[in-house]
Amino acid sequence: MSRLGKGINWNRLVRSRAFWLGAALVVLITVFSVNSIRSMGGEMFSYLVIDFFSTGIFMATPLILTSIGAVFSERSGVVNIGLEGMMLIGAFFGVMVSYFTGSAWLGVLGGMIAGGLTAALHAYVCISHHANQTVSGVAINVFALALTGFLLKAVFHRAGQTDRVTKLANWIMPDFFRNIPIIGDVLGSNTPPVYIALLLVVAAQVVLFHTPLGLRIRACGEHPEAADTVGINVTGTRYFCVILSGVLAGLSGVTLSLGQLSLFKEAMTDGRGYIAIAAMIFGKWTPLGAFLASLFFGLATGFKFISQSWNMTSIPTDFLLMLPYILTMLALAGFVGRLTPPAASGLPYRRRGSV
Amino acid sequence: MERKKDNSAIKELIVPVTAVFIGLVLGGILMTLTGVNAIEGYKALIMGCFGRLEYVSETIVYTTPLIFTGLAIALGFRCGLFNIGCEGQYIVGLIGAAVVGAMDLGLPTFIHLPLTMLSGMACGAIWASVPGLLKAKFGIHEVVNSIMMNYIALYLSHYLVNGPIKDPGITSPYSREILDTAKLWRFFGQNSPIRVNSGIIIAIAAALFVYYLLFKTTIGYQIRAVGFNPEAARYGGISVPTNIVAAMFISGALAGLAGAVQIMGIQFKFLDIFAFQGYGLDGIAVALVGKSHPLGVLPSALLFGILQRGSQTMQMLAGVPKETIGIMQGVIIIIVAAEGIIKGWLPIRKILGTDKKAAGKEVGRA
Repeated sequence: MSRLGKGINWNRLVRSRAFWLGAALVVLITVFSVNSIRSMGGEMFSYLVIDFFSTGIFMATPLILTSIGAVFSERSGVVNIGLEGMMLIGAFFGVMVSYFTGSAWLGVLGGMIAGGLTAALHAYVCISHHANQTVSGVAINVFALALTGFLLKAVFHRAGQTDRVTKLANWIMPDFFRNIPIIGDVLGSNTPPVYIALLLVVAAQVVLFHTPLGLRIRACGEHPEAADTVGINVTGTRYFCVILSGVLAGLSGVTLSLGQLSLFKEAMTDGRGYIAIAAMIFGKWTPLGAFLASLFFGLATGFKFISQSWNMTSIPTDFLLMLPYILTMLALAGFVGRLTPPAASGLPYRRRGSV
Repeated sequence: MERKKDNSAIKELIVPVTAVFIGLVLGGILMTLTGVNAIEGYKALIMGCFGRLEYVSETIVYTTPLIFTGLAIALGFRCGLFNIGCEGQYIVGLIGAAVVGAMDLGLPTFIHLPLTMLSGMACGAIWASVPGLLKAKFGIHEVVNSIMMNYIALYLSHYLVNGPIKDPGITSPYSREILDTAKLWRFFGQNSPIRVNSGIIIAIAAALFVYYLLFKTTIGYQIRAVGFNPEAARYGGISVPTNIVAAMFISGALAGLAGAVQIMGIQFKFLDIFAFQGYGLDGIAVALVGKSHPLGVLPSALLFGILQRGSQTMQMLAGVPKETIGIMQGVIIIIVAAEGIIKGWLPIRKILGTDKKAAGKEVGRA
């Protein structure tokens, strides 16, 4: 133990994830403020701050939804690299259902079901057939990219993107909430998935760590044999969690296609599924952690757009875009907090004596 | 294994062959659904690949990088590693070759050309070594780190080609064209539109090299031992971390070589890319269908090269969406990965003569 600071355990502080997250955020905001105050007055600055956080939450919402799904899947012991593809499928089917029914909410439902079905395929291959989970996930991503492109041509008879469809209307919060400075401006009126995502964080955290169901899920991911011995249905629990992750990824995809835009573009998820997995890891496989990491990654990505639209030239944006990936690697390597994945994550479970 | 040699060959091949067959049938169904006669569709595919000399050339051009990335991933699988980072290693390979190839050092071809190639390989190898080292030292799963490295490579390349290595003479984000001394030989003339070049020879040589390395050398034996059972390998005195890093290094070098050959034979300069080229992902399918065997990778790469090239002509000539091929590819990977689906199938079980065991253990780590 180093005794550098009085009462502060520096060693521990430096290795803690919160410290680095905070430090990175401070650097980001400082660079941002110095640049902007130099170029504009105070009132403009407050607009800028609002813009910064609005863009951040805008970018973060799909990540939050997907990364919470990823937490459930991995906690139950199944690696789900296929989330990227499930998001894409959700985004497409959301738009398709909205196109044919004219209802954005039915679209949301359609997207979630489509994502869940894709996840069920992953679950079937990985859980019932003990396939390599990463290979299956990759296959699902290849499959989803092609399927959505194919259906785009087959259903909408055009390439690139679909027609515009009915999108989700914004939810408007009560006046007292909207009058709170900054928070009211950022969250006063926003697309519904934003609020759903925020509620979901709390719900997921409670379910996973404070209910019997959560305990069962975690047992399946840590020690499936033990879970099986005490009568937990490992296969069923894993199916449930993987399908849940697909449903959430579908919702996340719909957030992109019906919440933020009103159409589907080819490959529109653009690697967000992978960033969400990074957020899950960075958040130590907990919903709350995944939420914070998603928010941070969202702000980092949002920063790129802000610096473009406000004409700021500071760090090359490519390096900002790299940030989530670099941070995740550092986190994994133990430079930023210690991470322990669920012990049985990625391992197929075979009951002893069965074939 | 030795006792029932003929049967084991069938055992090895039955899953990939059935998977490809199911994929082709599915493709036919999809074509029919879009209102295209499936036979016409596949005819367009074959004609588009072999109908004219240029088409054959293009098919080979599509196949070449797939051989390299297929080999890279197959070698990883043999060591129990899933090098999903080929995309990124391919990109840094492109850059490494583009930078050294464009340097005017006054070198003759016989030095400049291999140097350019080595530069691409080295970049890929270093890129792959990072997840390899992290796996060997900290036991972190290589998949996540490889994916992260892919994106870092993508953004890094975007930064470089828009700044430091951009050709100042043109407005587009391209790097400078490599010198003639770094260009691979195009069989039909350096400026011919028939682009097939000596890259394919290098690819086949690479396959033979990997075969030799894996099955005839000590390091290959060690790599396979680690992949087969790391615990047993360790008890046998084989260093697991060393071999993990070595396997990732060689695997990355192969993926980097894919990029280098692409620069030296096809593109001649680095062109800004906005999304992954897909050679790394396709390489996974190539390796799986080739049963992670270097000599299996060759026909497997040709198959996927034909499908990739053919998807373009199918769309142009027969009006089949080119994504049909992608769907087939996804399904083929899933089926090969979950080989239990096929092996549990009754007629297949009869062929195999194994009515009891339907376990699947091959791909990567179980």
